[in-house]
Amino acid sequence: MKISKFFLIILFILPVNTLKADNEALKNKITKNLRCLICQGQSVYDSDSEFANSLKIVVDNKINEGLSEKQIYYYFQSKYGDWILYDPSFNKNTYFLWLLPLLIFFIGGAIIFNKILKK
Amino acid sequence: MKNKLIPLSIVLVFITIFIIFYKGLQNTNIYTPNTKSGFEVPSVSVKLFNSNEIVNTLEIFSSDKFYLLNIWSSWCVPCRQEHSILMELTKNDNLKVIGINYKDTKKNANNFLKELGNPYNNIIFDNEGTNAIEWGAYGVPESFLINNNKIIKKYTGPLNKGSMEEIKSFIK
Repeated sequence: MKISKFFLIILFILPVNTLKADNEALKNKITKNLRCLICQGQSVYDSDSEFANSLKIVVDNKINEGLSEKQIYYYFQSKYGDWILYDPSFNKNTYFLWLLPLLIFFIGGAIIFNKILKK
Repeated sequence: MKNKLIPLSIVLVFITIFIIFYKGLQNTNIYTPNTKSGFEVPSVSVKLFNSNEIVNTLEIFSSDKFYLLNIWSSWCVPCRQEHSILMELTKNDNLKVIGINYKDTKKNANNFLKELGNPYNNIIFDNEGTNAIEWGAYGVPESFLINNNKIIKKYTGPLNKGSMEEIKSFIK
């Protein structure tokens, strides 16, 4: 009887703990991708400023409300602009940022290809 | 001709890079979120400082009057500097000054208001700092001029005589 009770308790506690751990992992992932606007150069995850601590609470609340990672990024982006994200999304403000390395790669490739052909 | 073109283009590339970096040196490397206007007042539940009542922000900014939302705290030194400006602005009948008490204790906040005067028609209590984030604020003090549920101007840092005159010209 005692053993069955014990297993029953474990059965109830286990899913709650996994859920909490999942949320914590998601919160860490999101806060690592958010830039602290007070101590610039640090992520919200690394920072202990008043602003970063409030942001951590907001991220926690948003996860509990059931918002997805993308929706949370969009929320902060709408409040503070693209700068708050370490990994900015592909939009008209970031075309240059995302496409420049590709462009350089192709131009470089074309030059090398041209040289090999000539030889 | 071709032999000259290559060194010339390399020199041009270097000059362009130099100009970009040189211009970049003059820019501030501290980012401030854009202060463009036209954003709607965020609709969130907030706790009132005096009554502990939970209300929606849209209820606070409901009328077609001008509102000045000011984020302040008793521990914030620049808030002391701008307080006389807020006291001056609150005398205007066309403007309601609303405060967000940011990460503060009620005791300290009340002492601050007793000492310097209370310019606020209503105060939102934000002890976690999460309400300020809804407004896109990242520090204290920050102020937002609101009309018809839209933010028409944002002021980062303490208000000064210049910003006071600007606010007065808006609410004329």
